[in-house]
Amino acid sequence: MEEIDDIVREFLVESYENLDQLDRDLVALEVTPGSRDLLSSVFRTIHTIKGTSGFLAFGRLERVAHVGENLLVDLRDGRRSMDQPTTDALLLMVDTVRDVLGSIERTGGEGDVDVDPAVAAITRLHDEPVGAPSDEPVAEPAAAGTVPSDEPVPSDEPADPAPAAPPADEVAPTAPAPGRKAAIRPRSAAKKKSADEPAVAEVTDVATDLPAAEAVEAPEPAHEPTPAPAPVVPTQRVPEVAPLEDTGTLRGAADSSIRVGVDLLDQLMRQVGELVLARNRISRLASAAEDVDLARSAQQLNLIASELQEGVMRTRMQPIDHVWSKMPRVVRDLAALCGREVRLEMQGGDTELDRGLLEAVKDPLTHLVRNAVDHGIEPPQDRVAAGKPAQGVLELRASHAGGQVSVEVRDDGRGIDPEIVGAKAVAKGLRTADQVAAMSPGELLQLLFLPGFSTAETVTNVSGRGVGMDVVRTRIEAIGGTVDVESTVGVGTVWRLRIPLTLAIMPSLTVECAGDLYALPQVHVVELVALDTQRPDSGIEYVHAAPVYRLRGELLPLVSLAGVLGVDEPGRDGRSAVIAVVQSDQHRFGMLVDRVLTTEEIVVTPLAARLKSIGVYSGATVLGDGRVALILDVQAIARRAISRESELAARTAQQEAAAARTEVEQVLVAGIGGGRRVAMPLASVARLEHVRSEQVELVGGREVVQYRGTILPLARLDRLLGTYARESDELLLVVYTRGTRSVGLVVEEIVDIVEDEVGRHSTIDDAGLTGSTVLGDKVTELLDVRSAIVAADRDFYSDPLADDVFAGLDELVGAGR
Amino acid sequence: MSSFVTFTIEDRLYGVDVQRVQEALRAHARTRVPLSSEGVAGLVNLRGQVVLTVDLRPRLGLTPVADGTEQMMVVVRVGGETVSLLVDEIGDVVDVEPESVEAPPDTLDPAIRPLIRSACTLADRLLLVLDVDEAAAA
Repeated sequence: MEEIDDIVREFLVESYENLDQLDRDLVALEVTPGSRDLLSSVFRTIHTIKGTSGFLAFGRLERVAHVGENLLVDLRDGRRSMDQPTTDALLLMVDTVRDVLGSIERTGGEGDVDVDPAVAAITRLHDEPVGAPSDEPVAEPAAAGTVPSDEPVPSDEPADPAPAAPPADEVAPTAPAPGRKAAIRPRSAAKKKSADEPAVAEVTDVATDLPAAEAVEAPEPAHEPTPAPAPVVPTQRVPEVAPLEDTGTLRGAADSSIRVGVDLLDQLMRQVGELVLARNRISRLASAAEDVDLARSAQQLNLIASELQEGVMRTRMQPIDHVWSKMPRVVRDLAALCGREVRLEMQGGDTELDRGLLEAVKDPLTHLVRNAVDHGIEPPQDRVAAGKPAQGVLELRASHAGGQVSVEVRDDGRGIDPEIVGAKAVAKGLRTADQVAAMSPGELLQLLFLPGFSTAETVTNVSGRGVGMDVVRTRIEAIGGTVDVESTVGVGTVWRLRIPLTLAIMPSLTVECAGDLYALPQVHVVELVALDTQRPDSGIEYVHAAPVYRLRGELLPLVSLAGVLGVDEPGRDGRSAVIAVVQSDQHRFGMLVDRVLTTEEIVVTPLAARLKSIGVYSGATVLGDGRVALILDVQAIARRAISRESELAARTAQQEAAAARTEVEQVLVAGIGGGRRVAMPLASVARLEHVRSEQVELVGGREVVQYRGTILPLARLDRLLGTYARESDELLLVVYTRGTRSVGLVVEEIVDIVEDEVGRHSTIDDAGLTGSTVLGDKVTELLDVRSAIVAADRDFYSDPLADDVFAGLDELVGAGR
Repeated sequence: MSSFVTFTIEDRLYGVDVQRVQEALRAHARTRVPLSSEGVAGLVNLRGQVVLTVDLRPRLGLTPVADGTEQMMVVVRVGGETVSLLVDEIGDVVDVEPESVEAPPDTLDPAIRPLIRSACTLADRLLLVLDVDEAAAA
């Protein structure tokens, strides 16, 4: 009994795989109707299913496969060409076969799946144009002789070249083609097996066949120049058989592998996880022990564990093709339904990722593809009107990038208009008009991912199944990935998924916060910035109550981890801190932690459901020292801490700053001695002058120089602001002029001319200053120009003047207060 | 006859079904879980496994123990998870005759009621049997 079940299960697994292949082949066949390879591949698959189902006494399955095969024979023999009705009928057959298989899987029997419609459709088609009697004889042997007709092929194949075997020994080392041959043999083995042997035998079969196959194949290159007919046969065989052999080599690779239960792989993965933990512990001990031998052994263990981890991880890897293989069918059906012409292109289908992740991205990816066909690519007439080819191109691209897999769904359709997205968001009450007005196009597109958002004009049964982009995002984020969208109106849209290679083990940063350790997945960490909070000007500033940090000129919103976790200790301000700059979706923000300890490969353990529902932790892990650390869910923290409001506030501040910049224009930064710098508005500076120090004269206790025939009173800023400049032979003057009066402010050096943002001034000030700011990473004091000038010339401002050049200056300088 | 692993919390005797208990051991260092409910005492590393620890005191209306007090853990299985309950002292495994098992008194605080499955009258004292699932739910 058990035996039979095994065979049936094996049959199901294999048939499902074959059906997927069939879907792909049929759609491809529609494009290139003449391809013999594809036809043979299709034929072979149906043939195998028919044969096996007959053997296993699944009568209905056999019947469907049989009529399908008849139709295929016509195609293969060139009596019929592939057209849409044919494809439809064959796809209907595939679906029916799938249904029956599903029933067998569920109930062990064929159940009550109705195969008649498919049979009728195919028979009708089959009987239509070509005379039925003519193809009976052809169909008959193929149908009847499942095993016998195949058997001779592989069996005489090795027999033929057997005489050539001796020379093969000589050339064996250089034989380049054994892989191909090896692939052929298992194929025949598999075929036998599916009929009469349980699965396990396949493995041994392949193994034992391999050496022989190599020896057999070796002669081929050797014989190529000489006209030895035997091994070069395939193309010269009876047409009915030859293509079968060809496709055998195409798909043979899959047969050289063995099937391993996922449970076993999962278990291995867990154990490797524990091994990694043990290794981490040992590494830590070894580095503390200062024992050379121990260190060396630990190093070696480290290496082995890493390799083993990688190896085990690879066993769980599957090419993304597994998911993609369904897409041609999805696209075809959908395109037909929506009246679109779509060409599907796939690149990087061999990109591998963890099978669990693969499973998780399947639905989101399918959704994106459906969406692209339904909403992205326009109807042909619209495309032509827009000057594009009628046929739209949908591209799937996968690639590895920095420890992640990037998957793109790219269409050349109408694109998404951010304005419309914004308007929709407002109409649906998801955002206010003001909020939308402040958003950049990129941010507007992000609104697509909001729950309750759907851009479809009408809900179709294609994409609008209540599954929105928010679900796509939720699913992708659940596996630690990200999704974003780029779109150019009229040109197309790109949906980009970034997915981690594996979930179980990930590099992470161990950070300390309020005495506890947390793991911060490194995927999200962009950089670290150390802060010295003892200094008054540590760089943390506030936009209203929201802390921000200026990172290379950009305002980075800060989130205190202690604040998010509610573990703030009063009075711990002023201790040093580290900003971990993290990126999550479109949010980039700085997470303020006390310390960053190490980077470690952590093994993720899932959390109890009730801790997961807190929404800040994605899991827990055991660190090298045995402590348990919670893994921070950066995305959730971002959502929690960075409400749209505070983000908008930051943006508004940025815009204000930008506005202020245009007002302020530029400031002159001058060193005044003692490492201090002052900034003064450049607009009101008349000139910079060098004068020799012996030119300075004293008039009534004031220093003056003769300058262009007038007396120029001086004010030494160093003295004015309580510092000392270097003694030098030459004085550097910043000359201010108002009407006929001028004054010179003595500075030590001119540092730079920079742009200053008034919005960012702090109000730390002193006599002679109006505040301070950070310019080019240095604290710079803002000179109170008016009082400095008045110190040099009491009457500078009291002189009546029609056109007061300082009118604006006051305002500007005053803005800092 | 039912068997219970007994333990004390603030001198009161509680018990849980022996079938559900995996082990009892001295409390490990815990990692606290900020933002979690009051009853979550933290996570412990139980031989490489991360296990949630539940403090029953808030639920039972008791004040938290002073820092540094030595406590014990009763590790129980709840569904597929392993949860450890924080207790003061571990007692014996007690066999209780069915006739001495009684429903908890009606006067019991309604907040605690779902937690107490039954009250067993032992020779010298009262044993309150805890509902493991309820207890582990913090």
